[in-house]
Amino acid sequence: MIGPARAPVSMRVNGEIHEIELEPRVSLLDALRDHLSLTGSKKGCDQGTCGACTVWVDDRRVLACLTLAVACEGHEISTIEGLATGGDLHPVQSAFIERDAFQCGYCTSGQIMSAVALLKEGNAATDEEIAEHMSGNLCRCAAYPHIRAAIRDVRDADTTTSGRA
Amino acid sequence: MRPLSYTRASTVDEAIATVGGDSRSAFLAGGTTEIDLIRLGVTRPDVLVDINSLPLKEIESTPDAGLRIGALARMTDVARSADVVRRFPVISQALLLGASEQLRNMASMGGNLCQRTRCPYFRDGVSPCNKREPGTGCSAVDGLNRGHAVLGTSDDCIAAHPSDVGVALVALDAVVHTLGPSGARSIPIDDFYLLPGSSPEVEHPLERGELIVAIEVPPTPLAERSLYLKFRDRQSYEFALVSVAAAVDVRDGRVADVRLALGGVGTKPWRARRAEAALTGGPATREAFAEAAAAELEPAIAHKDNAFKIPMARRAMVRALDQVVNGDAR
Repeated sequence: MIGPARAPVSMRVNGEIHEIELEPRVSLLDALRDHLSLTGSKKGCDQGTCGACTVWVDDRRVLACLTLAVACEGHEISTIEGLATGGDLHPVQSAFIERDAFQCGYCTSGQIMSAVALLKEGNAATDEEIAEHMSGNLCRCAAYPHIRAAIRDVRDADTTTSGRA
Repeated sequence: MRPLSYTRASTVDEAIATVGGDSRSAFLAGGTTEIDLIRLGVTRPDVLVDINSLPLKEIESTPDAGLRIGALARMTDVARSADVVRRFPVISQALLLGASEQLRNMASMGGNLCQRTRCPYFRDGVSPCNKREPGTGCSAVDGLNRGHAVLGTSDDCIAAHPSDVGVALVALDAVVHTLGPSGARSIPIDDFYLLPGSSPEVEHPLERGELIVAIEVPPTPLAERSLYLKFRDRQSYEFALVSVAAAVDVRDGRVADVRLALGGVGTKPWRARRAEAALTGGPATREAFAEAAAAELEPAIAHKDNAFKIPMARRAMVRALDQVVNGDAR
């Protein structure tokens, strides 16, 4: 049993191990932003509604605001900061820029982490499928048509991540 | 969020003993409802016992061609299981029409059964609410109640049950297997969900430390022709205003067997037994479907904002039956 005071926690984020001290109540989102200075994941609603905090745990997209950081010990966490390879943006990041798929940008990291996962999941064959499987990521600027266009571009450019496996 | 202690259970027995022995503690599975409600101040455990390492994730056929779903199987995994899609499409559809992909990746099936209502007076942490603070009254009865239940309500609570997959499981007579300080139990799912009555704070017949370990769906050949129909305010990622789980076996134009349950309208996932009784043995016609739907909604009680749910539920039942019988896309 640990807590409620701070306790040592080992977190593996984007392939790097971090030894930090956290209270068990700290969410994965707060741990990333406030303890590891990885502020790409955003806090929109903090109640599992908006998707701005979408990250991957063991390659599955999840909501960092409803995940306790301490429960992630032994799991691999991936955030938007780990998506580019060196100086090369991930194709979905490039497509979002090319398609102007954001306005204020607050939801964008969550949108991109969700979109990359969606293309791997293989449920992006049609615009309807994309809309359905991106519905957990809200965009109050309503950039949805451009977000779908960016996802289509990457889907159609790379047959290994096409809509149907 | 208020301070919490945390421990990770490495065996089922350890998890049961820890939660069974400490009234301030609670199991932590996917966390999608639990962490939300703790942060909102609605529930107030001091200790979370993380059960995610326990070996309760399998989805498997039973020897008699039923289905056994481990309590920690994620909603995504059940929805995408080829066996579930083929033999129990209503379960897969109900799962995929609920929440978002991120939440489905997190949420466990056992946790889904324990999902709490979305009633805003329950969730706001301050309004009078018999479910959150017994004896304080129900703010919804005379408040904003467009989303609330019309079936199974009481003077003390009209909160709608939010689950989608629970509706499918109730239609298919699933059984909830538990282990607890007093041993193993198998609870028919319709008995697992309790009506609010005068104690809406008690939602399930579980004792302290009793853990759901699996959900079993009995062999149900008619489930191969089943569907889940859901109506909501948005096209996706929204709770049901009205939903229907339906499975029908039609022979020579007559209903040989039928399973029907409703979501969004009941204080628990609502098995439509009146409609089933009205349909069984009768003609598989739209007129008969409409009569059965009317019989089911006959005891419904509307409040100020939710009377629309009654005709909506009737029409949804007719459409669901029509679609499953005739394979009609609309």
